[in-house]
Parts: sequence; structure tokens; C-alpha cells
Amino acid sequence: MKKNLSIILLLLSFNVFASGGVELQDADVDVSDSGSIQRGAKHYVDYCLGCHSAKHIRYKRIAMDLGVEENKILDNIAPVGAGIYDQMNTAMNGHDSSKWFGTQPPDLSLIARSRGADWLYTYLKSFYKDDAPTGTNNLVFEDVGMPNVLWKLQGIQAPVYETVDGREVIGKLVMEKAGTLSEKEFDKFVTDLVNFLVYIGEPVQLERQSMGKYVLFFLFMFIVIAYLLKREYWKDVH
Amino acid sequence: MKARMTSCGNWVLERFPMSKLWNEHMAQYYAPKNFNFWYFFGSLALLVLVNQLVTGILLTMNYKPDAKLAFDSVEYIMRDVPWGWLVRYMHSTGASAFFLVVYLHMFRGIMYGSFKQPRELIWIFGMLIFFCLMAEAFTGYLLPWGQMSYWGAQVIISLFSAIPIIGDDLSLWIRGDYVIADATLNRFFAFHVIAIPLVLLLLIFLHIVALHEVGSNNPDGIEIKKHKDANGIPLDGIAFHPYYTVKDLVGVGVFLFCFASVIFYAPDMGGYFLEHANFIPADPLKTPEHIAPVWYFTPFYAILRAVPDKFAGVIAMGASVCVLFLLPWLDRSPIKSVRYRSGIYKKALFLFVVSFVALGYLGTQSATEGVTTASRIFSVIYFGFFLLMPIYTSWEKGKPIPERLTEQGSLEECIPKIVDTFNEVTVKKPIKAADGTTAVKLRPNPSGIASVLIRFLKRLKASLD
Repeated sequence: MKKNLSIILLLLSFNVFASGGVELQDADVDVSDSGSIQRGAKHYVDYCLGCHSAKHIRYKRIAMDLGVEENKILDNIAPVGAGIYDQMNTAMNGHDSSKWFGTQPPDLSLIARSRGADWLYTYLKSFYKDDAPTGTNNLVFEDVGMPNVLWKLQGIQAPVYETVDGREVIGKLVMEKAGTLSEKEFDKFVTDLVNFLVYIGEPVQLERQSMGKYVLFFLFMFIVIAYLLKREYWKDVH
Repeated sequence: MKARMTSCGNWVLERFPMSKLWNEHMAQYYAPKNFNFWYFFGSLALLVLVNQLVTGILLTMNYKPDAKLAFDSVEYIMRDVPWGWLVRYMHSTGASAFFLVVYLHMFRGIMYGSFKQPRELIWIFGMLIFFCLMAEAFTGYLLPWGQMSYWGAQVIISLFSAIPIIGDDLSLWIRGDYVIADATLNRFFAFHVIAIPLVLLLLIFLHIVALHEVGSNNPDGIEIKKHKDANGIPLDGIAFHPYYTVKDLVGVGVFLFCFASVIFYAPDMGGYFLEHANFIPADPLKTPEHIAPVWYFTPFYAILRAVPDKFAGVIAMGASVCVLFLLPWLDRSPIKSVRYRSGIYKKALFLFVVSFVALGYLGTQSATEGVTTASRIFSVIYFGFFLLMPIYTSWEKGKPIPERLTEQGSLEECIPKIVDTFNEVTVKKPIKAADGTTAVKLRPNPSGIASVLIRFLKRLKASLD
């Protein structure tokens, strides 16, 4: 019976992003929200760009897509010294980073396309205190080399263990020491950041979707005309 | 001026049999008049081929077949090349569309016996096209140089090393290196953009020449050339042009509508058309947790994994494709169309379709015990359909076959039926909104859905008798 059940369950599962067995939280991202992406870009430069490049996106492209003046992007978002045509490169070199973290921090241009928004959202919120060299560990990415860079904002979470099937697993995380942001503010912070990552994963996505309806309308008209033409010709067949 | 044009045209016509070719293959090529839905996919395959060639050429203009540059050059196309994203999505979606269309085209051939005498050679050419298409897709999938490109190719090429004695040298020779590397990428690029497309074009030419020599089969599986009028034109035939060109135009419209919906709204199709892990650059040191081929290879991949021994698995996978070549000789029944064949064949065909789809799903999943067991069962059914065919088709009695083509309900006549079904499964209910207003909204109707389902299952059962 158990085997049958597992086969049925297996038939219901689909090709979704891998989550390492943890239920992912729903990231409420909206790529059409320019304000959110701008805040996310700012957060990215402040907290991520130190280690993670996003080499497939240029500051110029962000300005164009978000409809923001170029000098505003340079003044408010880009790090000091960056030019408008520059890609989002990191200042840290790969040799140093592999020595410090054991691995080179990946470029994040496409991370939203390989991991998915929900995974990123859950990942950024799931760091907890641990004996690992970085002082933290992560629920959805065990033994990750990355420390919790947002700890000052979020606070420090500690795991609560429970026993399931004779094994100790982490049931939930509780806030041990509050951060500078409230839980709600931090969720919004992470949402904006993930929104930015989703945007740079495919900058053309908004344009693509808005163009789609015209293409489909044209094709619909094409189908109607082609069908009328077919009906006219086929009158003499039947 | 007009006289000038005419004499120019005549100059060409006197030197090239243009009007002869046009008449033989279009205006005076007589096709059965009862082609149904399943007959759109041949012309659609040609359309997708043209799409792949045109977008492929445009992609080559900016793609760099170099292990250090390939991944970034694809992202360069996606972001910095004007309309590059559209060209790339048309090509990647086109690959999946090609297989979808070809699978349906092949199923049509199996269903209506289009592979039987005198059309065996068309089937053989078609199978060779399918074989080339698989090679084309496999070599093309390495080019984006993502994790799945890399490890997918690694897994498939390492299969050759399972061959006794020559295996290791053979896989080394294919890769040009001890692992998938720059040398492999370069040769796969050469195969993908020129070698295989040339063979493919030649085979498609032969496929169509052979088809036009014997004429098209039809859903009734009877030869229209048996009944001709005084001019030697089949009574049940209509000129391919204009009748089928205008009809195929409708098919093209509907296909492009679906194609564009995917390109503009779901280009990665939830990870089925563009796999998530392929957005990570190839890394020879990090094996992904779960390596799965793209959906169109998964039925064969599931068969490979179902066999416990690696070499036997390779043989089984190869056999699962090669057995299709033998179809004209495995099927012993003289009746072509499934419409007039006996229940045993219909049931076998139904089981074959179920097993193919199930294997396709199982191939996308990681190989747990349940998946492997299910894959084994469906692999046996898959091979059973072909290998037992000489036996069960010789038992067949069949039904009386009509002399002339029959007319079945056309697609447009289905529309009122679809509307009726829609009305049956939904019910209009007044729903109170939060602000107190009531609006009449459509809601699913459980009893209606149940009766429609029961009717569908009864019809399915009846159609298998």
C-alpha cells in the first residue's frame, strides 16, 4: 500500500525547482514594480555586490528599463566610480574569495532563473546560528559558504529541534536577537532584493509580455482570415 | 514592360521545368479529400524546420563556440543583441515544437497505417529524419554550455564507453578529450550547424519525393487511385494547391498562436523547454544533483535507466528507436487504418501511447525505486507493442472496409459540441461580493463534470472495441 501511495505521489510531483526538502515560502515579486526593483538594486549594491558580480547587466540597461535618469542610477545606486556602461562587476577577485570562502561566490545575473524567486526568498530568510566557520547555516542550503550578510537587519535566528522518526531535525527558527528591521520590514527588504534578481535574470521579460498580446491578436486575426479563405475554397469540395 | 516581363519569364521556363514541378507537386498533386486534424503536422514540421534554419543562422552570427565564451555569448544574445532574445526563444521553443509535431506526425502514420505497402520507404526516410533530428537536438543542446548541456552530454557520451572492448576509445574519439571540453563543443557546433542539417534536408527531400510518387494515405487507409475519372484524376482526390495549401494555412495560424504563447509568456515552460540548471555555466567539477534530458528524450532515457546493466540499457535504448524502422514488417495485418482494425490492435495501440507518455514522465524524475519499477513495467509494454505485433496482428479479423473515402465530422462541427460540453460542466451561480453586490459567475458543476467524464470513458471504451 505504501509503495502504491508513493507511486501515486510521485505521479503528482512535477518538474519544479529543487528545494532540499524544505517547503519554500512564496516570494510576492512583481517585475512591473519599478520602485521595488530600484530599492532591490540599491540593496544589491549595498549588501551583495561586494562579493557577487552580476556581469550580464549594465547600469545603463537598468536605467533604460526602469525609466530612471542615468545620473540618478549612478548617484543613488551604482557604487562610487562605476560608469553607466559598466556591468555590475564585483571588486573582489576570485583568487581571494576562494581562499576566504572555499569557493568563488557565483555571479548572480541568472540566479533567479536557475533557483527561482521562492527559493531565493526562502534562502535569504533561512539563516540560523550554527557552529559552522561562518557562524551560520541555512535551512535550504546546508553548509553554505556564505555568511548571513543581512544579520544586522534581520537579527539572529536560532533553530528549534524536534524529533521526527527518531532523527533530530530543525522544526522552526526563532528570533534570538532582534535586528534593526521589524519582521515585516525585513520581508519587504528581501522581496525587493529578489524582485531585482528576477528582473536581471531576464531584463526583457516585461517587454516580452507586453509585446505578446499584440502578436497573439495579430495571429488570431490571421487564423480568422485563413479560416474564411479555407471555407471559401472548400465549398466546391463538399 | 509587360511583354518584357513575359519574355523574361519564358526565358526561364524554356530552360527550367518550373511549371512542370509546380503542377506535379502542388496544383496537380491529388491528395485524398478527407484529411483530418492529424494531417496538419507534416506541413507544420516543414514550417518548424524553416524556423530552426532561419533563427539558427541568426544565432550563429553572435554565438561563440568556445568553452570560455559560449555561455556568455548566449546571454549576450539574450540581452545586448537587438531582438536576440526573440530569435533565441524561437529557436529553443522551436526545438521542442519540432519534436512535438514530429511525434504527432509519426503517431498519425502508425494510427492510419501510412507505413504499409506501398509506403514503406517513406516511413524509412521518415525514421532516418527522426534519427537525424535526435542527433541535431543532442548536439545543439551542448552549445549553450550550461550545467545541463555539459552533464547531459557527459552522461550520453559515456554510454558509448559501455560497449565492450572499443567503448573507452570510442567515447574518447567522440569527445576529442577525456571529458566534455572545448574540443567537444567545437565539433558539436560543426555537426549542429552544417553536417546534420545538410543530411536532414536531403532526407526531407527524399521523404517528399517518395511520398509524391505513391501518393498520400488517408484516415480510411484505402487507395484513392483505385477509382479515377476519365481524365485519370482520382475521384476522391483534390488538388493539393489550392485546397490543402489554404487548409494548412489555418493549421499554421493555430500552431503559431500556440508557439507565440509559449515564446512570449512561458519560454522556459516551467523548466521543460529550458531547464533551470542550464542557467548555471558548465562546471566540470560540480555534478548537478539530478541530471535529466529535455522532455523529448525522456521516454528513451527512462528505458535506458530501467535496465539494470549499463550496456544492456544502451542496447535497449537503441532498440527502442530502431524497432520503429521495422514497423512495416512487424505489422502483419493488411488493413491500414485503425478505423477498420479489430479491438486487439486498438487496445495495443492505446497501451503503447500510455506507455510512451508514462515513460516520458518517468524519465524526468530522479531514479527512485518506484520510478525504476514503473519504468520497467512501461518499457515491457513499449517493446511488447512492437515485438508481439506479428502475433496479435495475425489474429486480427478487422471490419468491412469501404470502397470510397468516408466523410467524418470536421473540426468546425465540433465547436457546438464543445460549447455544449462547456455549458454542462459549468453552472451560473449568484455570488455575493464583499461589498454586498451579487454577481452571476461561472462555477464548475460537479455533476456535469461527472457525467461528461463518464460519457468520455464510455466512448473511449467503445472506440477500443
